[in-house]
Amino acid sequence: MRRLLLIALVLMSLLPAAPALAERAGGTLHYVAPYGGDLLGLDAHKSTRIQDFLVQTSINHSLYSWEPGVNKPKLELATKADVSADGKVWTFKLRDDVKFHTGRKMTADDIIFSYNRVASPATKSPSTLYVRIIKGAKDVEDGKTQSIAGLKKIDDFTLQITLENAVDLPYFLFYPGTAILPKDEVEKRGDGFSSDPVGCGPFQFVKWVKGSEVTVKKFPGYFVPNRPFLDKIVFKIMSESQARDNAFRAKELDATIVEPVQYPVYMKDPAISKNVIEVAEMFTRVIGFNLDKEPFKKKEVRQAINYAIDRNIIIEKLLHGKAVPAVSWLPSTSAGFNPKAKGYDYDPAKAVELMKKAGYEKGFTVDAVSTNNASWGTVVFEAAMPFLKKININLNIQQMEGATLVDRLQKGEFDMFSYSMGTGPDPYQPLARWKGDVSRTAGNYIDHKNPAYDKALEQAAAERNEAKRNALLQQADGILLEEAAMMFFNYNKAVMAYQPWVHGLKAAAVDMVLQDYVQIWVEESSPRAKEK
Amino acid sequence: MFAYFIRRLWQFIPTILGVTLIVFLLLNVLPGNAALTALAEGDRGLDTKYVEEMKKLWGLDKPLHERYFDYMLKLAQGDLGRSFLRRDPVSGLVLERVGPTLKLAVAAMFIALGLGIPLGFFSALRQGSWLDTTSMIGAVSGVSMPQFWLGLLLMYALAVALPLLPTSGYGDGGLRHMIMPAFTLGVSYMALLARTTRAAVVEIKLADFIRTARAKGLAETVINYKHILRNALILVLTTAGLQFGALIGNTVIVEKLFSWPGVGSLLVDSIFQRDIPVTQGCVLLLILGFLVINLTVDMLYALIDPRIEYR
Repeated sequence: MRRLLLIALVLMSLLPAAPALAERAGGTLHYVAPYGGDLLGLDAHKSTRIQDFLVQTSINHSLYSWEPGVNKPKLELATKADVSADGKVWTFKLRDDVKFHTGRKMTADDIIFSYNRVASPATKSPSTLYVRIIKGAKDVEDGKTQSIAGLKKIDDFTLQITLENAVDLPYFLFYPGTAILPKDEVEKRGDGFSSDPVGCGPFQFVKWVKGSEVTVKKFPGYFVPNRPFLDKIVFKIMSESQARDNAFRAKELDATIVEPVQYPVYMKDPAISKNVIEVAEMFTRVIGFNLDKEPFKKKEVRQAINYAIDRNIIIEKLLHGKAVPAVSWLPSTSAGFNPKAKGYDYDPAKAVELMKKAGYEKGFTVDAVSTNNASWGTVVFEAAMPFLKKININLNIQQMEGATLVDRLQKGEFDMFSYSMGTGPDPYQPLARWKGDVSRTAGNYIDHKNPAYDKALEQAAAERNEAKRNALLQQADGILLEEAAMMFFNYNKAVMAYQPWVHGLKAAAVDMVLQDYVQIWVEESSPRAKEK
Repeated sequence: MFAYFIRRLWQFIPTILGVTLIVFLLLNVLPGNAALTALAEGDRGLDTKYVEEMKKLWGLDKPLHERYFDYMLKLAQGDLGRSFLRRDPVSGLVLERVGPTLKLAVAAMFIALGLGIPLGFFSALRQGSWLDTTSMIGAVSGVSMPQFWLGLLLMYALAVALPLLPTSGYGDGGLRHMIMPAFTLGVSYMALLARTTRAAVVEIKLADFIRTARAKGLAETVINYKHILRNALILVLTTAGLQFGALIGNTVIVEKLFSWPGVGSLLVDSIFQRDIPVTQGCVLLLILGFLVINLTVDMLYALIDPRIEYR
């Protein structure tokens, strides 16, 4: 028997290792556009929704781009960025081989034009907040001048950007809403630019069948040699999850987003589960407390709630396992996440003890507000109720529409709320919303105030060393965790299923659909392998 | 007849006024900040300053009555306003979606007529037979089955299990992409028409003139097709005409499910995005379509049945 085993092992070692598949050029990708119906437009400077951006990122490039998998912004349109000692002056050596789809070379003028256009009140761009970091952008925004003072063209391929304050510029200028667009074409096409765009990205626009699909084709003048691999991408606008499921099973979709209901079914399917990517997306679902009100003024009560609820069982039963239990505010994919941080484990005995310590042994009844969202709405309160009853907390659950909820949160008219909040990509911004000087209307719904927290964040903002900056951000996140400013429930687990012939998709934590299309390729076995 | 036509046209005005008022009130009295809902996606840190600016630009800071009068004033001049989010004139956005919706509705109606009338006719001729029982069970199921569910079943059967048709999308606007949505949309009308045809044929079968025709020695085929079916068709076509207006309104669910680029899917999107001008534009167009079709059917009565007089 032993001899047989030995022979088998020797034979196995003689077998060649499975060769890595060679990347293949050509073919068409049918990619899903799953969020909230049709696109609103293809003018990046006027867009605000992921549904629009996921198409636009194939047509455009921003100065930086988000690198899925690495989860950091990378320099895209320049070869080098020199930063002054005070972190305020950034000098970019731009690539001299970037062309727009019209064939014209991109220069520093196009970048200056694009940022001026985003800041201009005439554009009414929702991305103004990202260019506001540049010195003088605020004056353009307020209509005092037409060009941002902090943008200086040294020559056609050298650009200097002076910032208002020292901030991490890549985390602002990677946003798809700050895309670099060609001045001449934007001016020539006017309002029509939104339905017939031109960019400098890997694919050029072909057609948009409103409410149905958008087609883009490979741009032969793309600055990276032999890229992109694909000849064409068809973005299928499909907001109904059951319809997406059918299309994916019928092999009409090459990649799709998986909903909680489908998740366990897909994972049990031996064929589909092999081709699934999961990532803790940069959205944290929390139960927020009104820190101005008793009993939530007491830290022990907040900690007791964190200990009282069994996150894992709610995730398993309610969300079908499609969530990652939260440790603290920042998700595990964020640069500000502390891998050593210890969250609140389910410990009902400790919860009882803390309630007693806070003087609320007999408990209380509070209003709990949220929407009908199936993943983070009032269902969360319904699931948490049996756990909270054990520490004598009763909830009056009120369900409302999203806009009403935000209105109530901004006015502080609640005791507890359940919500999903953006916690990325830059770790600083989501932490900064809980600073003492941020109003409820600007996002500090819980009215969090802690001088030690504010100090850690101010130091982080001024810190140029990345490691030290991250340590300070982790410290601030740790403060939120220790004082249990919220009940940290879970991070959304984004799941993408893809066909076996698709390669190059990555775990994109900002939003799973925001993939790097340049790297995607399809095997010969794809039914669309030869489709141009 | 002309006076009747003009009078009916005049009646459009109060109907449109009533509908626009109801739609306007429903969309505008919803609590919460419409600008925020329209712009924010989840909680991704939208600039509050920007939200406030947009609120002002869209006139959402004005009192309700002022907004309504502004809207009506523009509407009287044929201006449906601009989309909050798409930034284009609403009229253009809505009109470009009319073609696919009409295409779908006409195809659905053809399916309904082409299958519903023969089914009802033959069921009535063989009253009480297995064909009658089966087709009427089918008709009741067809009327009762939710379109969304039927659409999903069809998708599974004809695109996943048997890969014959594409699951959804518009493609080149050809027949292959249209079959499933048109059938989903048409099936409940087909059932309704089958039942109407059957009822009409059963009634006419017993009429005196049919007995006379039979007594004259006319062939059964001639009686069935020339006398029974032709007379039944008057009632059936009237029902079909009136239902066509309702069918256009029902494209909403089917278009959304099959990613069909019509007015219905634009309406659903704009409701969820709280793009109030677009929602108003879509509803107005659907109502107008309904009114015009109803009027056309009424006017056609005279052609089908010369005994009808317009007063």
